[in-house]
Amino acid sequence: MLIVIVPMFVALPLVLWRYRRGGKGTYRPDWEFNWGLELLIWGVPVALVVALGTALWRQTILGDPYRALGPDPLVVEVVSLDWKFLFLYPEQGVATLDLLALPEDRPVTLKLTSGTVMQSFIIPRLAGQIYAMAGMQTQLNLIADEAGDFVGRNTQYNGLGFATQSFTTRVLSPDDFERWVETTKAQGTALDAAGYAGLLPPSVVSEPVLYGQFTPGLFDQVMAGFAPGMFHRGTNHTDMSERHGAAGMAAAPAPHQGHDHTPEAAQ
Amino acid sequence: MNWELIFGQIKWTSFVFAGMIENPSLSEAIASGAGSIAVLGALATVVLLTVKGWWVPLWRDWLTSIDHKKVGIMYIAIALVMFARAVIEAALMRAQQLSATDSGGFLSADHFGQLFSTHGTIMIFFVAMPFITGLMNYVMPLQIGARDVSFPLLNAISLMLTMAGAILIMVSLVVGQFSTGGWSAYPPFTGIEFSPGEGVDYWIWAVSLGSIGSTLTGLNFAVTIYKKRCPGMTLFRMPLFTWTTLCTSILMIFAMAPLTAATAMLALDRYAGFHFFTNGDGGNMMNYANLFWLFGHPEVYILILPAFGVWSEVVATFSSKRIYGYTSLVYATMCIAVLSFAVWLHHFFTMGQSANVNAMFGIATMVIGVPTGVKVYDWLLTMVGGRIRFTTPMLFHINFLLTFILGGMTGVLLANPGIDFQVHNTLFLVAHFHNMIIPGVLFGMFAAVQFWFPKMFGFRLHEGLGRASFWCFAPGFLLAFFPLYWLGLMGATRRTYMWTDPDYLPWLALAMAGAALILAGFALMVAQIVVSVRQRAQLAAPLGDPWDGRALEWSIPSPPPEWNFAVLPQVTARDAFYEAKKAGTAYRSPAAYADIEVPRNTATAPLIGLFACAWAFGLVWHIWWLVVVSFVLIWAVVIARSFQTDTEETVPAATVKAANEAFLAAARATPGVSREREMTSDNRGRALPEGLEGRAGPASPGAAVEVLP
Repeated sequence: MLIVIVPMFVALPLVLWRYRRGGKGTYRPDWEFNWGLELLIWGVPVALVVALGTALWRQTILGDPYRALGPDPLVVEVVSLDWKFLFLYPEQGVATLDLLALPEDRPVTLKLTSGTVMQSFIIPRLAGQIYAMAGMQTQLNLIADEAGDFVGRNTQYNGLGFATQSFTTRVLSPDDFERWVETTKAQGTALDAAGYAGLLPPSVVSEPVLYGQFTPGLFDQVMAGFAPGMFHRGTNHTDMSERHGAAGMAAAPAPHQGHDHTPEAAQ
Repeated sequence: MNWELIFGQIKWTSFVFAGMIENPSLSEAIASGAGSIAVLGALATVVLLTVKGWWVPLWRDWLTSIDHKKVGIMYIAIALVMFARAVIEAALMRAQQLSATDSGGFLSADHFGQLFSTHGTIMIFFVAMPFITGLMNYVMPLQIGARDVSFPLLNAISLMLTMAGAILIMVSLVVGQFSTGGWSAYPPFTGIEFSPGEGVDYWIWAVSLGSIGSTLTGLNFAVTIYKKRCPGMTLFRMPLFTWTTLCTSILMIFAMAPLTAATAMLALDRYAGFHFFTNGDGGNMMNYANLFWLFGHPEVYILILPAFGVWSEVVATFSSKRIYGYTSLVYATMCIAVLSFAVWLHHFFTMGQSANVNAMFGIATMVIGVPTGVKVYDWLLTMVGGRIRFTTPMLFHINFLLTFILGGMTGVLLANPGIDFQVHNTLFLVAHFHNMIIPGVLFGMFAAVQFWFPKMFGFRLHEGLGRASFWCFAPGFLLAFFPLYWLGLMGATRRTYMWTDPDYLPWLALAMAGAALILAGFALMVAQIVVSVRQRAQLAAPLGDPWDGRALEWSIPSPPPEWNFAVLPQVTARDAFYEAKKAGTAYRSPAAYADIEVPRNTATAPLIGLFACAWAFGLVWHIWWLVVVSFVLIWAVVIARSFQTDTEETVPAATVKAANEAFLAAARATPGVSREREMTSDNRGRALPEGLEGRAGPASPGAAVEVLP
């Protein structure tokens, strides 16, 4: 890209100096066109865009947040709330508020939805951002290859608590992660539908909250809650409850991995 | 009679001062202070108008006028007043962020939310839009040799609707709160469930009034350019500013409609329980995001294209040379206009669509960089072979070339979804769009004011103060926004009233210093106008051509008469006036004069604006009687106007002749001033064309030119 920028920074001072009033440049008030220059100023950016565009296409496919990063990913369901994040671990049966514990080196699939307004979820050191929207599911795949604590946050303004809506992402070694799951399970508190309803009023969470268990299917219930009636309508929805995230996008199958290979959601 | 029937939802606690009484804090004090400034400003204006006896002239010569030149000047006046408010808000927000690291700062989170929402909304809809619209209004008809736009009354109505929107937003300083949903007002946050109260309604109705005004402007200007060009003015002889006006008008016609639709749908959600964009019940905010940016991206080009036109005029004039690559610039402008409708999705790469869709829009975004890059190099090549004068507009132009190209580079970076995933919603993005809009649009408009001010008012602006303001604005911009790129990369999110990371502090301090410099630049610009008005005798350039100009607007007196051209000009080439000067045919008397029809003044437009403002205010506060009454009155005015048949008056040929011959005689008698003496009081607006110094003496009246029937 510097090929377009640098010539301007070099040429402009030279031109200004040479063609300043009283300068050495020849005054040619009627000069207005040159085919060679014309080809250059159109040709170089076109060639550049062809090159950059090709690279961009490849990178975009490769960097698609929906692309799975390996077999057997750890699935974490994320519900964005005002002004906190709820993390559900269906495989482990535990849940947390504002703490995302992840095992090192294992692919992770985050499935996101919102229990409130649209939010944008990011852990800058681990992955890019993706919106979380009510009644719909988005997805983010990542692998953490280094243990440690990383900040994650919402970047989409959602009211008074927005500035402080961040959470800790704790990447643990696989053994530590197992231990963390066991300790969390031992905590005893359970999160059910009533408990979830208690999280809906806007609040800032100062310390992460751990739940030893949660009602299975809570994530789907959260999404389905925004589409009453739609869950049971339409064709062959009998197996819906077995399919993750199908409720939100009305009658469309939820985007599984490689959503670019499935038809776009029919609204 | 109960209170709510009369005053809707207004309570005494709705007034900004109530917050100060009930809950005194610095944040409330600032809100009350701003409210007081709005009230006192309005009062001071009323007192000044009364004391000076200016009510009648204001009504007779300005508000009821439908002359495109006066409409244009009023648009620019709105832009400057609103700019003063929004730039102070920007400085307040920077000061808050700087002071908030340990303490939470001096503004409440809610107040900060209102500030970034009004700042963005005002800067786009009530600074940038009226600024470009005013400029196009003033300059375009003069450049195509027309006496007015095609629909002068409609033009005045557009102005008054925009003014109504601006007044509504000023009222929100005093009565009630403004939205905290940002200038893009994304639902469901702006829906009634999450943002009850009047704030979002202020945003909806102010923006709706502005967008309807802009749609009408687009229609009006496109028709004017197609139908009102003077004889010989083919499309490819039009000055480049007129070309960019045409492209912008077409964009306005197509791009404002999705915005009006989106605000109307959001209003239905809020007022009537609809579910276009709500959470659940079939609502889907993704439709809003698409509609909004289907407007929002072309909007960027609506703003920048007229500024590109200004740069083309400025660089050619102050290089005393033809523009390089005229045809290339026209095609580049057209490419940009068309492509601007194909890139809107890059505002939400992060919404979960497939990688192919993202890649498609990312590449389209890069492609739009090609014609933009071509334009930048065309301007550089225009200087080659010229004789460059470093006047204030030219300084702004040089600054533009260097900083805009950097902003373009960050734009190409952001076009890459992979990068956007990281920096979306951060200060990196904020830095990028300010980098495009400030050196591009805002400084373009400032350059345009320096450039065309002598045309509008008959005297030049003080050059020294102009340069001083430039030397505050240009480094001020760099200081205020380049640190934000870095802060964004460090992870600082936008719309955030406080951070706890001490690493941000030095960068925030730099940005604050930049904001202070920008404020100083604005103060110097105001001082420049005041000083210039005081020294208008020395700075006078009534003969109309202070800069050795090239297009038709410089061939007529400054300020131009109501009818613009005594006789419609006949054009045979590009740069028509420059060619006439070169051929020695400038300032010749026409063979004959004819009567000229000019539109009569009318109260229609200001009345419509007044009632539209009352209607919107009624809607904001649910004062239903006011909504009904003002709505009926708007249409009553329209119907009453439709019965008026005597809408034009005739200026007799003798009057036109007397005025024009006096001007021509004065122009011929005055020796041309060379470019060295351009900034001295010798410059009365009769230029000695660069490179044609042999023609120093008074011009001969010459043979009368042919006059068209």
